[in-house]
Amino acid sequence: MAQTQIRIGGFGGQGVILSGIIIGRAAAIHAGLNATLVQSFGPEARGSSSSAELIVSSEPIWYPYVKHLDMLVVLSQDAYNKFSPALRPRGLLVTEADLVKPEPPIPGARHFVVPATRLAEELGRKIVLNIISVGFFGAVSQLMPLEAIERAVKESVPPGTLDLNLKAFRKGWEAGEQALKQAPAMA
Amino acid sequence: MHADPAGVLTGAHFLDGDHAACEGALAAECRFVAGYPITPSTEVVERIAQRFPLVGGVFIQMEDELASSIAIAGAVWGGKRAMTVTSGPGFSLMMEHVGFAVMTETPCVFINVQRGGPSTGLPTLPAQADMMQARWGSHGDYEIIALSPNSPQECFDLTFKAFNLAEQYRVPVLVMMDECVGHMMERVVIPRAEELEIYPRRWTKAAPGEYLPFAPGEDLVPAMARAGQGYRFHMTGLTHNERGYPDMSVAAQARLVARLTDKIRKNADALQDVVEDGVDGADVVVVCYGITSRVALPAIEACRASGLKVGWLRLRTVWPFPERLIRDLASGLRAFVVPELNMGQIVREVERCAGAARVVGVPHAGGTVHDPAVIERAIREAVR
Repeated sequence: MAQTQIRIGGFGGQGVILSGIIIGRAAAIHAGLNATLVQSFGPEARGSSSSAELIVSSEPIWYPYVKHLDMLVVLSQDAYNKFSPALRPRGLLVTEADLVKPEPPIPGARHFVVPATRLAEELGRKIVLNIISVGFFGAVSQLMPLEAIERAVKESVPPGTLDLNLKAFRKGWEAGEQALKQAPAMA
Repeated sequence: MHADPAGVLTGAHFLDGDHAACEGALAAECRFVAGYPITPSTEVVERIAQRFPLVGGVFIQMEDELASSIAIAGAVWGGKRAMTVTSGPGFSLMMEHVGFAVMTETPCVFINVQRGGPSTGLPTLPAQADMMQARWGSHGDYEIIALSPNSPQECFDLTFKAFNLAEQYRVPVLVMMDECVGHMMERVVIPRAEELEIYPRRWTKAAPGEYLPFAPGEDLVPAMARAGQGYRFHMTGLTHNERGYPDMSVAAQARLVARLTDKIRKNADALQDVVEDGVDGADVVVVCYGITSRVALPAIEACRASGLKVGWLRLRTVWPFPERLIRDLASGLRAFVVPELNMGQIVREVERCAGAARVVGVPHAGGTVHDPAVIERAIREAVR
């Protein structure tokens, strides 16, 4: 597998760094791949921009930062505006349905919309929006099997929130699979 | 002696370099850390504050860096393995006690997660600009050991190793990380305790009353005494005799300073720790360390793809500098290329040893890592 460069962007407090850690951990610990994650965040604890840069590869990873994105997940408008121009042609784009208006559109992107806010509300906890997005991304990216990411979710979320987060992950994954089926030409 | 399993988090983990350094210290049986948290090293002490109490260790958040760097000396003489953790501005404040640890032959570890400077500079962004400070930052003549990890795995490995070297040579050992390596997450595999060899403290066999705290053994390193066992001796930062008492004669100064430097210089070959790739038969060798050693590789591969013979020489131990190795290589080479996240520090060491070979520095003021294309251009330029 060639190198896949991924960015997950949003605002501080949404859990975008944790999302990156889950995908990185899944790749590096459970899927037999290499993964390098670097993070950037504003000085504020919440509300500022926040993003995780993740490289996943079957080969050793030397240069640690992402340059041209193969995959982009954005959970805020700011992140969309800032990062979407770096997406490669035919790159994978996942945007959150209620928080991101994908304009101007990225021509040629394989674009999926995750209704993470709505699905999180169905579970009664808006805070799991990030884990729903991880599940959705896992399904549409087809980078790793479900089990690898699910194990990483289990190892990464606070004790006492496991059931909720696993439900959120499965819900996101199912929504991702649905979206993939409805877009056969893009897959 | 194997590591105490209580401190060894055996398994495969997805950790950043800061957290991995904490685990390296724990595995090395470090049980005392005094620190004054500073970005980008804060995560090291955050994890220490959580993890150390679980294994009977102590973390103290001190009032400042001076206190931190001298508290560890007290802990060491009390019998613990100890370290402090900081970044550039704090490292500057600790220089006094680096020298004190050298003079009193206190085995201890300093971690510096380097950020851009001078002064408070770039708190959240990388640099490798404290490399000469590590070597020369404290006053007087001395030798230290400085290590340079290029991944979270090596933040574990080299922090572990730093404690062993500190005990073996009784010097402060400086782990020179950088923000990029410190905040980068990768797989870190921590071995089982029985696979981790601990260099035990060099306890004296002399009885109390016969113990000479600064009488060197054959390898120029003296033995230490267990606190609370009836050994009474004097310790000072002043020039001292073998009993530890001040002796400010020219002869005592010559004897002591020569021994403090020789115990490292005479072991420079044993201390050499480099990783080589394609160095034999190369026309150009890229000498690099830390995060820059990774960033240089795509550049080297691009040059090799177009037929250039380029070697990669990565220094895991930067101080003492591998002089002999560079001199030996220099005779068969056209050039050395030295990329580093500073305006030219280790490149001076290479120049000193390069003989007739050309030396091309690739400076960078820090804040991010080099663009590999810039290193590639420097390599192509060097062989032109």
